[in-house]
Amino acid sequence: MQPKLTLLSDELIDRVLEEAYELLRCPGIKVQNPEAWELLAEAGAAIHPENQVIGIPASLVHKALESAPREFYLYDYDGNPTIHYGGDSVHFDPGSSGITMLNPETLEHETTETQHLLRLIKVAEQLAQYDAQSTAVICHDVPKEIQDSYRLYLVLLHSKKPIVTGAFTNKTVQEMIDMLALFAGGAAASRAKPRAIFDVCPAPPLIWSNFGAGNLIALARAGVPAEIVSVPLSGAAAPVTMLGTITQHTAECLAGIIIHQLARAGSPIVWGGAAAIFDMRKGATPMGAVETAMLDCSYAQVAKSLGMPTHTYLGATDSKLVDAQAGLESGISAMVGALSGINMISGSGMLDFLACHSAEKLVIDAEGIAMAKRMLDGVNLHTDTLATGFYDDKINFKGGDFLKQKITMQLFRKEQHLPSAIIDRDSMRGWKEAGSLDTFSRAKVIVNELLASYRRPEIDSGKIDRLHAFILDFAKKAGAEQLPTLEDYQPA
Amino acid sequence: MSEEMYKEMAQSIIDGDSDKSVELAQKAIEIQMHPLDAITKGFVVGVNYIGDQFGKGEAFLPELVMAGEAMKAAVATLDPELRKLGEAREIMGRVVLATVEGDIHEIGKTLVGTMLSASGFEVYDIGVDAPADKIIGKAIEVDANIIGMSALLTTTMVRQREVIDELEKEGLRGKFKVIVGGAPITREWYEKIKADGYSEDAIGAVKLAKELVGKE
Ligand code: B12
Repeated sequence: MQPKLTLLSDELIDRVLEEAYELLRCPGIKVQNPEAWELLAEAGAAIHPENQVIGIPASLVHKALESAPREFYLYDYDGNPTIHYGGDSVHFDPGSSGITMLNPETLEHETTETQHLLRLIKVAEQLAQYDAQSTAVICHDVPKEIQDSYRLYLVLLHSKKPIVTGAFTNKTVQEMIDMLALFAGGAAASRAKPRAIFDVCPAPPLIWSNFGAGNLIALARAGVPAEIVSVPLSGAAAPVTMLGTITQHTAECLAGIIIHQLARAGSPIVWGGAAAIFDMRKGATPMGAVETAMLDCSYAQVAKSLGMPTHTYLGATDSKLVDAQAGLESGISAMVGALSGINMISGSGMLDFLACHSAEKLVIDAEGIAMAKRMLDGVNLHTDTLATGFYDDKINFKGGDFLKQKITMQLFRKEQHLPSAIIDRDSMRGWKEAGSLDTFSRAKVIVNELLASYRRPEIDSGKIDRLHAFILDFAKKAGAEQLPTLEDYQPA
Repeated sequence: MSEEMYKEMAQSIIDGDSDKSVELAQKAIEIQMHPLDAITKGFVVGVNYIGDQFGKGEAFLPELVMAGEAMKAAVATLDPELRKLGEAREIMGRVVLATVEGDIHEIGKTLVGTMLSASGFEVYDIGVDAPADKIIGKAIEVDANIIGMSALLTTTMVRQREVIDELEKEGLRGKFKVIVGGAPITREWYEKIKADGYSEDAIGAVKLAKELVGKE
C-alpha cells in the first residue's frame, strides 16, 4: 500500500472547485494572447475586451476536462515508456532554468555556461533517482536568442532520459518542438512517443499572458506534453490563506487546460505548479517552506479529485550553500511531494529560490529522494507470519541471532534502502579514517567520480549531426559563428 | 496640541489606517495646521519608523505596504491645500519603474516601487513587458530623475542595455540615472551596460536611489 498524505477533506476539495469555477466566471481570467482569446470567444465565453478579461462558464471546464487525457508516458531515447504521468506515480527531476551554479571550491554562485550544464547532465544521468533530465541551467556563453533551444540540444546529446524543459518565448517553443521532432524522426513520431514535457506558466493572479497562452497553444497543436506551472504566491500574488491560494491555483490550471484543449482536444496536459508562500520579512518566494509543500500537496489533491496528472516544484532550498538548511528543506519537501503522489517533482539540486544549481546538492538530494521512494514502498508483508516464524531453535535470546538467519540475508535488501556514501553510518574510527568528511565534502567526491565515469550514451550520429546543424543555423542567425566546443562530440 | 496630533498622525501610518490618516489630514486643514508640517512632522515620522522596523526585520511587508497606502491617502488629502499655498512637498525624486519587454515578472519591481514611495520618492510604475520607448517616454513626460528597470530572465536582461543605448542615442543619457535589478542582474552586468547602479533587494534599491539623487 502506497502511503499517502492528504491535507484536504473531500468536502473542502468540493468547495475549492466550486469557488474556482466562480473565479473563472467572475472576475474571470485576463487573457492576453489573441489566439487564446479567439478560441475562448468562439467557444462561448463572455468577453470583456475593455480590460482583456474573459468570463469562463462551467460548461467549458467540463468539456475540457472530458477531453484532457488522464494519463500518458514520456519515453527515453530508446523508446521505453519510463515516466508515467497519471495516478499516484512519483518521479523526480532536477530543477530547471537556473542562472547560477555553486562552485564547490570557492562557494561562489557562478554565472552558468555550457560546462555547468554538462556537469549537471552527467551527474543526473547516472543517478537512478532522477527519472528525467531537465534543462537545468542557462548557458550564458551562447547568444540569448538560442539560450532556450541550446539547453535542449545539450541534453539530447548527452542523455537518454526523458526531459523536463520549457521555453522563454513563443518563437523558441516552436524551435524546440521542431528539434524534438527532428530527433524523433518526425512530428508524428514525436507525438506518439514524447521525449520531453514543457513547463508553461500562467501569471498570478488569474492571467494567461500572451507568452504563456501562446506556448500552451503551440504545444497542444504539436501534441507535445505541456505542464502548467501555476505560481500563486500567498499574500502577494494570491490570497494570503492556503485555501485561497489553492483555489486561485485551481482556477489558473483550469483556465490553462481549457485554452489548451480548445487548441487541440486530447493533447497531454499536466496540472502543476510552483505554488509558494510569500515571505513577509524579506519579500521572497521560499521554495523550501513547509507551507509551500503544504500548498503543493493540497493542489495535487484537487487535481487528483479530477483524475488529472500532477507536477510540482519541491526538493529545493532557499539556502545559498549546500548546508543543513538545504538538507532540511530539500529532504522534507521531497518527502511531502512523494507522499502526495505527485507524478513529477522538479527542483532537486536547486538553491537560492530556484536561481542556483549545484551538482553536489543533486547527489545529496538523490539520497533524500531514495528515502522518499523507500517510504512510498511502504511497510510490506514478506512472510506468512509476521514474527513468530522467526523464532526458531537457533534463537538463544541473544542480540545478533537474527544475523544468522538465511531469511535476513534474503530480505534485508528488500526492507532496507542501502544509502550511497552520502549518508554516513560509520564508526567514529571509520569516519575519521575516511577523512572526517561532512556531507558536502562527500558529495564533492561522488560528483568527481560520476564525472569521471560518465560516457556519452550511444546516440545515432546522423540525428545528432542534423540537430547540430539545426542549432548552428540559429546561432549564426543570432550572430555567433560557432557553438562552444564540446569535449565528447565533434560535429561531422 | 499639535505635538499630540503629530503623534496621532504618525501612529495612523504605523497602523496602516488610511481612514484615520485622511481624517487627521482633514482635521489639520480645519485647524489650519501647515500641510507641510502635517506631512514632515506627522505622517512622515510614521513612514520612517515602519521603514526602519522593516529594515530590522521587525515589521513585515503588509505593514509596510499599508503604511505606504495610508501615507498616500493623507498626502492626497493635503495636496490641494499645498497647491493653494503655492507650495509643494519636497520629494526625494521621481522614479519611473518598469519590467522590461518580454518579461512579466512583476513582484520584485512592485516591491521596489513600494519601498521607494514609502521613502519619499514619487514612483511611476508602468508595469511589465514595457518596451524601451514606453519607458523613455514616461521618463521624459514626468521629468524623472531615475529610471529603474527590472529583468528576471537572462534572455530579457539585454533589454536594459537597449534602453540605455537608446537614451545615449537620443542624447538623453545624462538626464536620467538608470538603475537595474532582478535575479540575474550582477555587478558585472550593471557595469558592463554602464547603468548607474544595481541592487539585489528593495532596501538596497532605496539606498541606491537616495545616493543617486544626492540625498543620502
Ligand atoms: C514568481 C516567478 C514567476 C512568476 C511571476 C509572477 C509575477 N506576477 O511576477 C511567473 C509564474 C509568471 C513566472 C514566469 C516565468 N518564469 Co519565473 N520566476 C519566478 C520566481 C520563482 C520568483 C520571482 C519573484 O517574484 N521573486 C520575489 C521578488 C520580490 O524578488 P525579485 O523579483 O528578485 O526582486 C528583488 C530584487 O531582484 C530586486 N529588484 C528587482 N527588480 C528590480 C529593479 C530595480 C531597478 C532594482 C534596483 C532592484 C530590483 O529587488 C527586488 C525586491 O527585493 C523566480 C526565481 C528567482 N529566484 O527569482 C523565477 C525565475 C526568474 N523564472 C524563470 C523562468 C524560466 C520563467 C519562465 C520562462 C518559465 C516558463 N517556462 O514559462 C516564465 C517567463 C515568463 C516571462 N516571459 O517573463 C527562471 C529564470 C531563468 C532564466 N534563465 O532567466 C527563474 C530564475 C526560476 C527558474 N529557475 O526557473 N515566474
